[in-house]
Amino acid sequence: MCDSCGCGDHELVPVDLHERILAGNDKTAAHNRSHFRAAGVLAINLMGAPGAGKTAVLEATARALAPARLVALAGDLATDNDAVRLTAAGIAASAITTGSACHLDAQMVHKALHDAPWRTADYLFIENVGNLVCPAIYDLGQAANVVALSVTEGEDKPLKYPVMFRAADLVLITKIDLLPHLPAIGIDRIAANLEKVMPRPHFLPLSATNGQGMEAWRSWLEGRRSAIGELSAAAGLFPVR
Amino acid sequence: MHEYSLIQALVERVEAEVAARSASAVHRLSVRIGEDAGVDIELFKTAFHTFRERTVCENADLEVVVVPIEWACQECGRRIEPGRALRCPECLAPARLIGGDEIILDRIEMEVA
Repeated sequence: MCDSCGCGDHELVPVDLHERILAGNDKTAAHNRSHFRAAGVLAINLMGAPGAGKTAVLEATARALAPARLVALAGDLATDNDAVRLTAAGIAASAITTGSACHLDAQMVHKALHDAPWRTADYLFIENVGNLVCPAIYDLGQAANVVALSVTEGEDKPLKYPVMFRAADLVLITKIDLLPHLPAIGIDRIAANLEKVMPRPHFLPLSATNGQGMEAWRSWLEGRRSAIGELSAAAGLFPVR
Repeated sequence: MHEYSLIQALVERVEAEVAARSASAVHRLSVRIGEDAGVDIELFKTAFHTFRERTVCENADLEVVVVPIEWACQECGRRIEPGRALRCPECLAPARLIGGDEIILDRIEMEVA
């Protein structure tokens, strides 16, 4: 109550927070991240458009990393098709069916972890919902964000979806076995566009079909895994200003 | 369409603050959103007006301050124009985003009995 003049009006109180709206998600993500670090598992948030080849990359990754222990959480609006495919590829995979949500958040991942054998895994791949917009702003607790961009999507996708590519620690340029059929697409032009949205553009061209580039991807993963404990680039992506 | 989930998080945060301070109503929220934060501002406002019904924010105004995107050299601080490679033309160091990706709740104006 206003007590300066006794008018009886309610008092208006300004509360300054200057807090990220996703602070709750960030907190759960930090919790996930501390679990992953403690267990020595490399958690990768794999994002990309629907059909970019995320699941195919993971199937090929299972072959490339054998005999490492891989766990995957596959997010989709509906069906567990991806989880079924990944399981067939030898990955301990479970589905996160989001219903109408266009992205995974840290809480969905945390909940899915209860049923997944991630504590004894070497790598945890979180295959996000196919979408180049929404997943980019949700920290899940990953050590690194990897974005799959297929050559068939067109070379200007980084310019159209800058937030997603800016969040990427690594871009996998997928389906390069199709390049002979795509005379208008060049890896160099994709790379030039990545440089306009990523201050430190890291990308690897690969084909899950013929195995080209898979060795470099495997080395990248093994390098990141041996660096667990160091502050990841992804962990620094969400500062409050 | 993650704007709806952002609004849900926003309203939950405001509800917690209202409960903690035993406020009776919320008059105004001030948020800051970067123009390259991946948020559609109009959709964000529409989501707020849809979602605030029957919450503590029912009669609250929403002020959105849009922050322009700005890159600078992480070494010398020189501003770097968007649309070009994100490297300093002088010292070749990578650019650093200094504004434009914020999604921040700055202030809640609430009525305390």
